[in-house]
Amino acid sequence: MRYLPHTSEDIQYMLETVGVESLDALFSTVPPDCRREAPMDLPAPMDEWGLLAHMEALSVEGGGSPPGGSFVGAGSYEHFIPSVVRALAGRSEFYTAYTPYQPEMTQGTLQAIYEYQTLVTRILGLDAANASLYDGASALAEALLMAIRVTRRPRVALSRGVHPHHRQVVRTYLGPTGYEIVELPFGEDGTTDLSALKGGDDLAAVAVQSPNFLGCVEDLQAAAGRLHEEGSLLVASFTEPLAFGLFTPPGLQGADIACGEGQSFGIPQSYGGPLLGIFATRDKYMRNMPGRLVGKTVDVEGRRGFVLTLATREQHIRREKATSNICTNNSLCALAASIYLASLGGKGFRGLARLNYDKAEYLKSRLGGAGFEKAFKTPTFNEFVLKAPPGFDKSHARLADRGFSAGLPLGRWYPELENHYLLCVTETKKREHLDRLVEEMTS
Amino acid sequence: MKENQGTTGLVLNEPLLWEKGGRGREGFSMPEQDVDRAALPEGLTHEGPDLPDLSELDVVRHYTRLSQWNFGVDTGMYPLGSCTMKYNPKINEDLAQLRGFAGAHPMSPPEQCQGALRLMAELERYLAAITGLDAVSLQPAAGAQGELTGMLMIHAYHQDRGSQRTKIIVPDTAHGTNPASAALCGLRPVPVAVGGEGILSTADVARVMDGDTAGIMVTNPNTLGLFEENIHEIARIVHDRGGLVYGDGANMNAVMGVVDAGKMGVDVLHLNLHKTFSTPHGGGGPGSGPVCVTRELEPFLPVPRIVESGGRLVLSEDHPKSVGRLHCFTGNFGVMLKAYAYIRTMGAEGLGLASRLAVLNANYVKERLKGTFDLPYDRPCMHECVFSDKRQKDYKITTLDMAKRLMDYGFHPPTVYFPLVVNGSIMVEPTETESIEEIDRFIEAMESIAEEAAENPDLLRTAPSRTRLRRLDETAAARRPCLRD
Repeated sequence: MRYLPHTSEDIQYMLETVGVESLDALFSTVPPDCRREAPMDLPAPMDEWGLLAHMEALSVEGGGSPPGGSFVGAGSYEHFIPSVVRALAGRSEFYTAYTPYQPEMTQGTLQAIYEYQTLVTRILGLDAANASLYDGASALAEALLMAIRVTRRPRVALSRGVHPHHRQVVRTYLGPTGYEIVELPFGEDGTTDLSALKGGDDLAAVAVQSPNFLGCVEDLQAAAGRLHEEGSLLVASFTEPLAFGLFTPPGLQGADIACGEGQSFGIPQSYGGPLLGIFATRDKYMRNMPGRLVGKTVDVEGRRGFVLTLATREQHIRREKATSNICTNNSLCALAASIYLASLGGKGFRGLARLNYDKAEYLKSRLGGAGFEKAFKTPTFNEFVLKAPPGFDKSHARLADRGFSAGLPLGRWYPELENHYLLCVTETKKREHLDRLVEEMTS
Repeated sequence: MKENQGTTGLVLNEPLLWEKGGRGREGFSMPEQDVDRAALPEGLTHEGPDLPDLSELDVVRHYTRLSQWNFGVDTGMYPLGSCTMKYNPKINEDLAQLRGFAGAHPMSPPEQCQGALRLMAELERYLAAITGLDAVSLQPAAGAQGELTGMLMIHAYHQDRGSQRTKIIVPDTAHGTNPASAALCGLRPVPVAVGGEGILSTADVARVMDGDTAGIMVTNPNTLGLFEENIHEIARIVHDRGGLVYGDGANMNAVMGVVDAGKMGVDVLHLNLHKTFSTPHGGGGPGSGPVCVTRELEPFLPVPRIVESGGRLVLSEDHPKSVGRLHCFTGNFGVMLKAYAYIRTMGAEGLGLASRLAVLNANYVKERLKGTFDLPYDRPCMHECVFSDKRQKDYKITTLDMAKRLMDYGFHPPTVYFPLVVNGSIMVEPTETESIEEIDRFIEAMESIAEEAAENPDLLRTAPSRTRLRRLDETAAARRPCLRD
């Protein structure tokens, strides 16, 4: 076995040093009532080449982008990933290291995460970002728990424009706590309708996603104004942060916490994970943040360096009083995102955002003139909802057979949007792909 | 003594990203603008963030240099206790990049992703076979989220039986994530100290286990590297009083093929695929923390679950007693497939041997070093052993000094100051993938450091001397936090 270096002579010599007769005798402290009776029922071992062939076969049925193209986003986006991302994040000095508890041996990870935190604050327009959470969904749950801690209020409101899965995760996290969750409807324009919101001094926060699940860009500024008057926080979530290359970021619209999914930044879709939970807030709430933080400092000789900091918020010090139970986060995904963002640069970030917008607008207007109806007038980024002509559901299924993922039917999550489809266009689609899709969808 | 592995070499400095480059540079291959520019909406747009503009080579050199400041398993031995820093196979990294996996959309219709679903369904079955439990959810994104899932299930189980229990027993050897996860479920941790032999006593658990206690969280082997020998009887007491047993499987690497968690009395157990099943730690994640449960708890597992329907696998949310969804999609698939590949490479015999050799290596280190360092619990250990700095305190040398000095010898330090039950603890987990030559070099380095502690203690107090930076000021970092430039 190539991963196990010991020869039988090594084992014999080591057993003698330990003073036991056999490998099994090492387990003398395991009582019979804990021991397994039969061997583990697992398939026979495979060699490297057999494994590769087996996995290649599985991957063919794995669901990689269909031949006609996928026009589904909904929280997982197909973007081009430059080779440098894999080449650099794939350096094993990065990926075979542990959490940087010993700063002298992990300055690489630490500086990279410090840079990641800085990039995130610049993109979101906020003061302080953490070193990452698991995904946008748990980041939102953590944000609402944080808002409850900060305001000491027991009620939160969630817009129905928040990704349905994110809302489910919030319910799971808050379920046993007894905190109340109310849902806010969206209006005819596809954005959150705050008019029904009952404010008051028990409301900790309102969570609004922008661009929201329906693709619509929300007016966070107005929401923030109203909430701050009542002492509540605005939590702005997102699933497509590339939008902030074109649209005003949440921090500049008054959001107190911005959190969401960073998979768009150079992380493969990988059937939904690993992802990147991005989390940022204002300086005044820094010590209430969940998760790890990297801070700048100096060494004994006064040289600039980086360490994990404010650990007294964390579970390994504070135990049950910690700001979160998180330990392992998604550091390597944060590194990949930083490499991706460094490659893009400010100019590239703006340019790529604009390209996504332009291509999505192109498809939106072409389908809009061909029997499909724009569901909402509100501006969108790279996703939008169309109402399909009657009977399109059959064509949608036929298109799937022909290798096109022609949008996501929304009726399952929004019964009022039966026969509506959420379509996504990114830079990976050329004009000819879009034209072909229009032809397929309208024929 | 053989030549030290640690040495100095040419290490290049590297500024921060925004201290490099110039405005207008591009490191990205921008696709062609093949559609017309669309009009921008008024009042909502922004000029975009201020990010550094770099060339592709600027980016490559930046991260290559940073990587050279890091130490990983591929660099050298990383005996970090309770973290299982074993070798991360290269083939598994390649497999995660296969286009059908890396490019799979998580909301694709099931007929388009049978391969991914089959891989997950099989991995669930393997993990059930390895633990001796009945059903598995792969959804939790890391160990702590697996713990949270377990606690949510215990909470839901009691609620389903119409009872609201408010406490949970947590031994003082537990990882900090245990009480933190329990607290998220409104359960107040009731601490129990381990006895003189470093393990839980049945009587101590019996004393605190009452009708208001939801159960117990047990890490077995525990963080002293000792097998909780009374676990079966402890589980019986907890069950008799209506509670459940949560097993923290962080230390599973010690007992594959030996222990049956179901038989031991565990109701729900999480695994860390990034420890036992060889997936890389990534400098702090992503991990994956599946939960394995008994038949009785299966209805409470998170949704979606993978079920068979009409001859194919589908994701089902139709499980009314489920605790709900924990992850945006179905968990860290890219991590799961590496664990799957590892299990398919090792087979049952290989995994069993891995555990046996992990335990052999830890016992070998313990026997070789117990004459040099204080060993608070001198008993047969599992996959890790815990020393302390008691003897070196005579020279005013602490665990931290020794940990820093070990860097000069070319090793990552062990876990230090954890578990909390041992003062100045030094927790060594060699793992099964280290050869005897490497382990001997580590032992010799530790012995040499103990000699230095007696003869030249300043060498330790000023260590490390060969790293690029030395002893960073963590107090200043926390007093005036600077989290961004």
